[in-house]
Amino acid sequence: MLLVRSSHARFGWRLRLLGGNAALTIGALIVLGWLVVALTAPLIAPYDPIFQDATARLQSPGWLHPFGTDNFGRDVFARVLWGARIDLQISFLGVIFPFMIGASVGAIAGYFGGVVDMLLMRIIDIVLAFPFLVLMLAIIAILGPGLSSFYIAMALVGWISYARLVRSQVLVLKHADFAVAARSLGFGHMRIMGRHLLPNAILGSVVFSMSDAVLVLLNGAAISYLGLGVQPPVAEWGIMVAEGQGFITTAWWITAFPGIAIVSLAMGFSFLADGLGEWLGVRE
Amino acid sequence: MSAGPVLSVRDLTVSVARDEGWRPIVDGVSFDLQAGQILGLVGESGSGKSMTCRALMRLLPGARLAITGGSIRLGEEELTALDEAAMRKVRGGQIGMIFQNPSSHLDPVMTIGAQIAETIRFHQGASRREAMRQAIEVLRQVGIPDPTARAGSYPHEFSGGMRQRAMIAVALACQPKVLIADEPTTALDVTVQAQILRLLLDLRDSKGLSIIFITHDLGVVSQTCDSIAVMYGGRLAELGPKRDIIRAARHPYTAGLIRCQPGAAATGTYLETIPGQPPTVDAMPSGCRFHPRCPRAGETCREHQPAFISVDLGHRAACHFPEGPGQEAAR
Repeated sequence: MLLVRSSHARFGWRLRLLGGNAALTIGALIVLGWLVVALTAPLIAPYDPIFQDATARLQSPGWLHPFGTDNFGRDVFARVLWGARIDLQISFLGVIFPFMIGASVGAIAGYFGGVVDMLLMRIIDIVLAFPFLVLMLAIIAILGPGLSSFYIAMALVGWISYARLVRSQVLVLKHADFAVAARSLGFGHMRIMGRHLLPNAILGSVVFSMSDAVLVLLNGAAISYLGLGVQPPVAEWGIMVAEGQGFITTAWWITAFPGIAIVSLAMGFSFLADGLGEWLGVRE
Repeated sequence: MSAGPVLSVRDLTVSVARDEGWRPIVDGVSFDLQAGQILGLVGESGSGKSMTCRALMRLLPGARLAITGGSIRLGEEELTALDEAAMRKVRGGQIGMIFQNPSSHLDPVMTIGAQIAETIRFHQGASRREAMRQAIEVLRQVGIPDPTARAGSYPHEFSGGMRQRAMIAVALACQPKVLIADEPTTALDVTVQAQILRLLLDLRDSKGLSIIFITHDLGVVSQTCDSIAVMYGGRLAELGPKRDIIRAARHPYTAGLIRCQPGAAATGTYLETIPGQPPTVDAMPSGCRFHPRCPRAGETCREHQPAFISVDLGHRAACHFPEGPGQEAAR
């Protein structure tokens, strides 16, 4: 035990030499950077993202158009900047709803157990029985294409991972001494579950939500690519890739730059997930 | 009514459900707790002392456990008859409880101040600001230095002794009349242990708090308690004022426990032990539950359960052949 502790401490010391938690820093910087871009897009974008300039179609990157223009003469740089707004919104809303639903369901299932637990876990089994993307596409097909359909589908399908994570934590924590102590103070079940068990059980889910954001972002881009998410002419990275693919041999910049944007934001979330896990793990 | 006991327990029986029926693990326990009194509840592991106190709070750990008989009166209120909502008001509001391991009994992701304030808000409906002000005051009363700053600390930022003080503060936030202390000093080192005992005595004096002190440490009991209840195999073996019990124990089990204390043996000799093992719920001996280990046991002890009879003023023991006060000196 002592040996493990000391080697653990040395590991932490080495990380600090690298400038603290490297993954957390890099991840936070990337995500924060995109957040700033999204917020200031109207100010820093050199052109209107949907303005079509028929005289400047398919221009390669240059001084006037840093990322070039697409087949409608729209500025790719401006569209990438504006796209950050939609794609960050997708990764945020696509994570927060499943997170909230899943955490509540997981906490209830884990805390009350018995029939409630069995029922909720069977529902999870049913959702799990379908392939993830197929189920999402089916839901969106029923609701009609669009971003709100995407969020609803995401919430209906994505909550199961959070529910399972939180449930397993609550199952352990509900027998913890501080839960007994909370009972001895007269607190009711809902208060103990919500105020004491959930905050302790949620750490793993917070870390997972960051890697989930990557998945949601790629999903959103994929759904838009298939024409079921964001509708043209709105600037969104997935659509931009889709629209540019016909020109990939002649105008690579139409697909490459939004593609790089997707990859960089996804990497930012990934780093953030790793760093957060490390940080919370060490702090615990 | 002020002269009556704060807490009065009569024939309390807690049973565990087995396939063949209910088996009592706490069997017919009766005692009174007076205002400002400290009662030491002593016994080996598994003697039912913790279970008795969990039953007082109606917080039995597990669905297979239930109070199957007896009464618990808190002042005028019969606790066994209360519904769950009314019982919640009693827990923390009128009976507080502290535990052996303060590090695990405090919520790790909530500040100490917030934990105390939550209890105050829950029971007294105070405003956030008022609850926090009271929380800081409670922290000051339990001897936390710089309580205003420390209220914002998390449990892991406290030392062991400070954590125990913090847990006492949480339990006492709503000024309960009775405090149940389940081995509160067992996990602490001796100097801190003495400080916590001192604190409990001070709180008793300043607030008129009544305390049930669960322990297996007779040394701690003799320092703090006014009276002692000794449990064995789920039953009370002996109950009486501290002086009487320590000086002239009547039940052979109590006498054995006292002889097991390091101070009792002469230097250079081995400590005495009580031979054998305490009985388990499913293999309770007939008659007196202590008879297989008892040096004084006779034929009657095997067959008949001894009555819990008065052997002196306020001193009761459950033994067919109690030790006399004179015999203790002769040993």
